[in-house]
Amino acid sequence: MQIGIPKESFQGETRVAATPATVLALKKLGFTVLVQQGAGENASFEDNAYVEAGAQIGTADEVWASPLIYKVLAPNDQEIAKLKEGTTLVSFIWPAQHPELVEKLQAKKVTVLAMDMVPRISRAQALDALSSTANISGYRAVVEAAHEFGRFFCGQVTAAGKVPPAKVLVIGAGVAGLAAIGAAHSLGAIVRAFDTRLEVADQIHSMGGEFLKLDFKEKEDGSSSDGYAKTMSKEFIEAEMALFAKQAKDVDIIITTAAIPGKPAPKLITKEMVESMKNGSVIVDLAAATGGNCEVTQAGKVFTTANGVKVIGYTDLPCRLPAQSSQLYSTNLVNLTKLLSKEKDGNILVNFEDVVLRNMTVVNNGEVTFPPPKISVSAAPTEQKPAAPVKKEEPKRNPAIKYVALASLIIVMALIGIFAPASFLPHFTVFVLACVVGYYVVWNVSHSLHTPLMSVTNAISGIIIVGGLVQVANFGATNSYVIAFLCFVAILIASINIFGGFAVTKRMLKMFRKEETK
Amino acid sequence: MSGLIHVAYIISALLFILSLAGLSKQETAKLGCTSGIVGMTIALLATFVGVDTVIGWVIIVIAMIVGAAIGLYLAAKVEMTQMPELVAMLHSFVGLAAVLVGFNSFIELMPSSSITVSANASLQEVATILEQAKGAVAGHAELSAAEINIHLVEIFLGVFIGAVTFTGSIVAYGKLNGGFSLAIFKSKPLMLPMRHWLNVAALVVSFALLIVFMITAGNDAVIPLTCLIVMTAIAFLFGIHLVASIGGADMPVVISMLNSYSGWAAAAAGFMLSNDLLIVTGSLVGSSGAILSYIMCKAMNRSFMSVILGGFGNAPAAAADEEQGEYREMKCNDVAELLKNASSVIITPGYGMAVAQAQYPVAEMTAKLRAKGVNVRFGIHPVAGRLPGHMNVLLAEAKVPYDIVLEMDEINDDFSDTDVVLVIGANDTVNPAALENPNSPIAGMPVLEVWKAKNVVVFKRSMNTGYAGVQNPLFFKENTYMCFGDAKKSVDEIVKGLD
Repeated sequence: MQIGIPKESFQGETRVAATPATVLALKKLGFTVLVQQGAGENASFEDNAYVEAGAQIGTADEVWASPLIYKVLAPNDQEIAKLKEGTTLVSFIWPAQHPELVEKLQAKKVTVLAMDMVPRISRAQALDALSSTANISGYRAVVEAAHEFGRFFCGQVTAAGKVPPAKVLVIGAGVAGLAAIGAAHSLGAIVRAFDTRLEVADQIHSMGGEFLKLDFKEKEDGSSSDGYAKTMSKEFIEAEMALFAKQAKDVDIIITTAAIPGKPAPKLITKEMVESMKNGSVIVDLAAATGGNCEVTQAGKVFTTANGVKVIGYTDLPCRLPAQSSQLYSTNLVNLTKLLSKEKDGNILVNFEDVVLRNMTVVNNGEVTFPPPKISVSAAPTEQKPAAPVKKEEPKRNPAIKYVALASLIIVMALIGIFAPASFLPHFTVFVLACVVGYYVVWNVSHSLHTPLMSVTNAISGIIIVGGLVQVANFGATNSYVIAFLCFVAILIASINIFGGFAVTKRMLKMFRKEETK
Repeated sequence: MSGLIHVAYIISALLFILSLAGLSKQETAKLGCTSGIVGMTIALLATFVGVDTVIGWVIIVIAMIVGAAIGLYLAAKVEMTQMPELVAMLHSFVGLAAVLVGFNSFIELMPSSSITVSANASLQEVATILEQAKGAVAGHAELSAAEINIHLVEIFLGVFIGAVTFTGSIVAYGKLNGGFSLAIFKSKPLMLPMRHWLNVAALVVSFALLIVFMITAGNDAVIPLTCLIVMTAIAFLFGIHLVASIGGADMPVVISMLNSYSGWAAAAAGFMLSNDLLIVTGSLVGSSGAILSYIMCKAMNRSFMSVILGGFGNAPAAAADEEQGEYREMKCNDVAELLKNASSVIITPGYGMAVAQAQYPVAEMTAKLRAKGVNVRFGIHPVAGRLPGHMNVLLAEAKVPYDIVLEMDEINDDFSDTDVVLVIGANDTVNPAALENPNSPIAGMPVLEVWKAKNVVVFKRSMNTGYAGVQNPLFFKENTYMCFGDAKKSVDEIVKGLD
């Protein structure tokens, strides 16, 4: 089957849906690839490189006639007109926001897979284009901020004086937010981050950020089962805004990444907050395309406020790293191809049994299949639930067992007291006390010494040799050769235990050594 | 004289307690071993004093020299990976010795009669022998009826425990060795139909035999001796079945349990012989084994009974039909690169490392990485390996300093700050399903939370499931890479790649 890679027509779109490297991978899966002339130009991939990788170069019409088309952005009206019936198209679609686009595609009787509809489950991460794009946006946001910011990110003490480190606040610790935290941290800035989902605190720490915890009485967690944060209560939002207002006065750079799928972005940074910031501070608003997290954001450009705060509202951050974006996106597509073509024979099958493909499919042979049935994906709820029931079970069944054990112990003791002869009791005392001593001594044994413990106990349980010896000593009285023989065997094997057990313990302990001090 | 012997026994009992106490820390462990040896020497010397016949001395000297030679040879020769087998074998010896001592005690109680009765003896002869036996029992005039009864119970119990320990340990040895083709020696649990009823029947019949044994012992020698022999045979079979129905991965529990039994067998022998030293030592060993079993069970989140009753993996494999997705492979060279760029590395070994004998290259890799300034540590799950503390011994053998080898609880919080985790031959002990999937057969078992690290590399021969038969979602995590192949060869290659 031939895969067509058209040149992106949208103004300012620099990405391309295949690179020479992924062309090779697609060919290995049994496909042929037809790349439109100049498709990779803006991403620094020349036509020659594609040809070397085994692709063919064609005109726009030839490419759009392919049975399978990989693209970055959704097709425009002219491009939709070129689609043939039965074609499969893969690109970003945003079906919830663009119902009219879905209608047009449906009318052409094609199959459409939306790269923005990859479900957020671990298995599908290899084709999650939103994550790979967000990663780039987060990185680039820091680079843009550094570009506009008039100072170093890292603190330095130089001959020319001391430079304080920049303070960066990242709001929203999704993929973009985490990438921004990582990038800012590696430039040397002090990074703080906020997110309504408590489960991300560890991830923030792992990227080098400090998690700002909201001082809020009601325990509220913004995690939801679809992998995005949910909308919070009014009280929570007020507490959150107070936190941002306080931070705005302190930090130099704010990067906001809060987005709610299918809705305008929440307004988190008010005009007053921006006015309270220091001159020369920078705000990067990654949600600019959906209205912005900041009230003064202007989509697509850098806006400087009266007090000298620069608000960056670029909506094309991934396009500003075209080669990287193209490489990641086209790798996502290769991973999708592996799902589509399980046999690796160059044919595809949109298998609705596969929840990933089901979720991505917006139009199937002219039939609208959006929205897909809901699937739950977040790891957090399932992680918390099992711990509780497992722990609860034990105390429940304990009391009855305890009483029965206690009762039977008392009965056994009573029986021993009544029936056992006096000569037995001293031995019994010794036995019970030795058990108690053994209990306390052994609990202290370090875990790493359990094997030597076993071999030592092995050796000392060879003390049973004493039994054999005593019986041999009685030989004069019993004069039984059977006893003598059995004793011989018993002494022999018990000696194996004693000597073998101690020797192997010594050998083991000799191997344990502490690190020699250098 | 007997007072002196008694004091000697007290001293050696104290030395044994000190010996176990010494093992609580690495620093005092060697001292502990030495005090055990001194205690044993004192006990032996004190017992030798009672031997006054030439033939007795001959028996002792020959038996001990032969035994010592075999023991020292085994101890010097054994590979550290085979420690579980050696321990199992030594357990079986204690069990057998307990059986023999028990039989001897019985024969001593019933002098001569059991020896001279032959199958074709006439009634007249038997009657005479019975008379003699009665006389002999009367000879034990200092023993009251109750004392004789309790003595008989002690013998019976001692032989029973010893016999179970003996055959159980032999089966455990076979399972650990893996080189035998008999079904009972297979790592897979043996599943006889009605197996629980078989166990119950064995116990009931043994108890019935005990009653008969006690009733008849006063005026006969043949019936009680038969009872004892039949019971020993049943106990042998019971021991075989008990361990055969337990799977290979539960061996740490089984070995500790047998360790405990061997102690109780020695304690029972002590009761038989009215010897306090045997009682003390036996109870020390018995409680030591019991505690180890408890720790091991806790580490697998299973009750002791469920392990003993055997048959792990009967629970329906609920997780099997779930889609797992794809795994990512990584070659040894890339692993080496990853390690070079890491600042902290944790290695979590499992039984697979012992099987592949990979501890030496692992130690070499550790040394090289540490020389480069990488913080390398080891995280050991309590049930890793087939013996409590098995991994520690293997790493110590390969000269890994023990202060970088940490327990699960000590290291579990550090995984999130770790760049690379190397999982070598471990599977179920690093399975996130234990925490995440309440339907998993291993749900609730504490595991090493390796998946929290930035990168996880799993060394494995293939994508087969672990012992518990549970698929491991770890392999399909975003940050996990599989490095297929023999662990030893893979690590060797990585060591080369580090130069």
